[in-house]
Amino acid sequence: MGYVAVKGGEDAIANAAQLVEFYRLRGQTAPIEVQQIRTQMRLLVDKVMGEGSLYAPEHAALALKQMEGDVFEAAFLLRAYRATLSRRYYSDVISTRDMLVKRRISSAFRDIPGGQILGPTRDYTQRLFDPAVAEETARTSAQFVDQFASETGPGQPTQRFGKVIDLLSAQGLMRKDARDDSDRRVVDITRDAVKYPAPRSAVLQSLARAETGALMCLGYSTMRGFAAGGHGTVGELRMGDVEVRVTDPNGRKRYIGRLTVTECEMVSPAPPSKKREESVPYLAIGYGLCFGHNETKVICMGMLDSSLRQPNDANPANSQEFTIYHSEGVESYGFTNHLKLPHYVTFQSGLDNLRDSMQRADEIRKRASVGQPEAGVAGAIKS
Amino acid sequence: MIENTRLQTSYNFGFIDESTKKEIRRKLLKAVAIPGYQVPYSSPEMPIARGWGTGGLHVTLSLIQKQDLLKVIDQGSDASVNACSIRQFVQRMTGCEVTTDTAAATLIQTRHRIPEEILTEKQILVFQVPQPEVLRPVERLENRTRQMHAEADYARMWVSLYESFVRYGSLMRGAGYPVKVNGRYLMSPSPIPRWDVPNLSHAKCLYLFGAGREKRIYAVPPHTLVEPLEFEDVRFRVEDWGGLNCSYSGQGDAFLDEIYDAAGVRKFVVNDSNFLDKLRTGEPRPPQRLFRESQ
Repeated sequence: MGYVAVKGGEDAIANAAQLVEFYRLRGQTAPIEVQQIRTQMRLLVDKVMGEGSLYAPEHAALALKQMEGDVFEAAFLLRAYRATLSRRYYSDVISTRDMLVKRRISSAFRDIPGGQILGPTRDYTQRLFDPAVAEETARTSAQFVDQFASETGPGQPTQRFGKVIDLLSAQGLMRKDARDDSDRRVVDITRDAVKYPAPRSAVLQSLARAETGALMCLGYSTMRGFAAGGHGTVGELRMGDVEVRVTDPNGRKRYIGRLTVTECEMVSPAPPSKKREESVPYLAIGYGLCFGHNETKVICMGMLDSSLRQPNDANPANSQEFTIYHSEGVESYGFTNHLKLPHYVTFQSGLDNLRDSMQRADEIRKRASVGQPEAGVAGAIKS
Repeated sequence: MIENTRLQTSYNFGFIDESTKKEIRRKLLKAVAIPGYQVPYSSPEMPIARGWGTGGLHVTLSLIQKQDLLKVIDQGSDASVNACSIRQFVQRMTGCEVTTDTAAATLIQTRHRIPEEILTEKQILVFQVPQPEVLRPVERLENRTRQMHAEADYARMWVSLYESFVRYGSLMRGAGYPVKVNGRYLMSPSPIPRWDVPNLSHAKCLYLFGAGREKRIYAVPPHTLVEPLEFEDVRFRVEDWGGLNCSYSGQGDAFLDEIYDAAGVRKFVVNDSNFLDKLRTGEPRPPQRLFRESQ
């Protein structure tokens, strides 16, 4: 082996990279611009930013282009890039009460102060193919945008709204201190490995950057009875922009930009208290928040925040370790794919045991067939 | 639109930023101070996938210096594509020289093998570890395994070995054989074959283990006792090739790969690529630590 073989491995890597690049381009259609992905694949970009744990729409769009639309790879690329960035500031705490709301709904009440705002959603649109989308041109889309703008008038301002859960709190139905024994330490899961039982801050951080599909699987399992938690109610689901501020070294607050986020407050009965006299089923919030517009993710995150506060390691969605470890997309994606790496040393070591074991079984069988007394496994070992 | 300059990033020496390197080095010191104990660490994402050697890379990149001579092997081979990829990455991020010569390297990153040739006090061997928790097969919860380690409560591991023996007539542990380090902590040696396990004990070099996905670092310092778990009457044993020799070098006493040629004929070949190269030159056989019972 030596140099020649090593060179061979390096050449193979380089050639594979060339070939996959060829696969990306061989269709010879007009290259997609990163800006097109960013604006026209809005929900995909948002998903990648959420799982990639970095709010950077252009980088997410580039990642999607470079990875031929593989969401796992795109999120992974964003995460790897994120790890190289130095952390210059911590932002001030963002309150979603100050969100400039584009969409907000509550399933808990028919009417809510400020009203239900359906906003941009396909929830009530039939999923039928629209052939016109296939024929879209720059002209037709400009036409649509102009017409839409003329109908809706100049810039419908987005608004700030109070929270639906405030109604419940005001009546004492919801208790802030329902679990005053909960671990309220604020940790940073990107700087320290999570230790279990994990404080709620670690749980919420982990879920916020978890893989959407994994959260949906686990969240759904709570509703189908595979975990305590049940069918919560969407107290409020809102999507909109929040402003990010940092405090500069002179103590002045500086506005540095906006994030689009989706937030969900799932309302469900608080975990029952152990003391009989306190066992009022107060309401509690299961909280979900993620980058961009991803409603499935925050609803499932909300359900899981609730179910994880009723620990039971027999149920995936009631087990912190199960939920947090296995919904982490970049890690599970990497490890499941590492099975493609050679394992021949490990396999050989196992084969050696298996052959040994087969030989012992043969000896036992032979002895039995010639009428010798049953030697048993331990007997075969000594012989 | 993204300016090109925003995407053209220059990287720190060794890719990882200095404060994270410092954190990893501190955790390494702790790991060396408590042999076999798993130290949690930050484990930042790397440009290679989780499960493909990120933990090993964290250790390597936080230790490597300009004058280091790096060797990377995967399943014993310098030529394995993932070894090439990791070697290329470290070289690109540090400009360090690389080698395939086991004796010349100062820092060796490995997946699933310890080189056959004796490593010296001037060398560090960095293992890539997929699952650092030796107790995971008997306890799935991290919360409980940490407690079991703290209390040195290894009963369930012993029972599982005993059950293997009762069921199959042997301990049936393949690669990654559980070991006890310095008489205290049970440790997974990473999925090295049993052939390599005795080599962990009282070695001259420093062994460091990085499990990136699971965010744990641990170590076996030089001259530390490492014992494979065994019973007085049922002993640990290394792999056995029934006295067969390598069909390329004609020699034995090394971990052999089982390979099949185009006609489907089975052959055995020395696994350690650099060791095989040296055997085939006909020069004196490089020094080894051999532990197999004489046959």
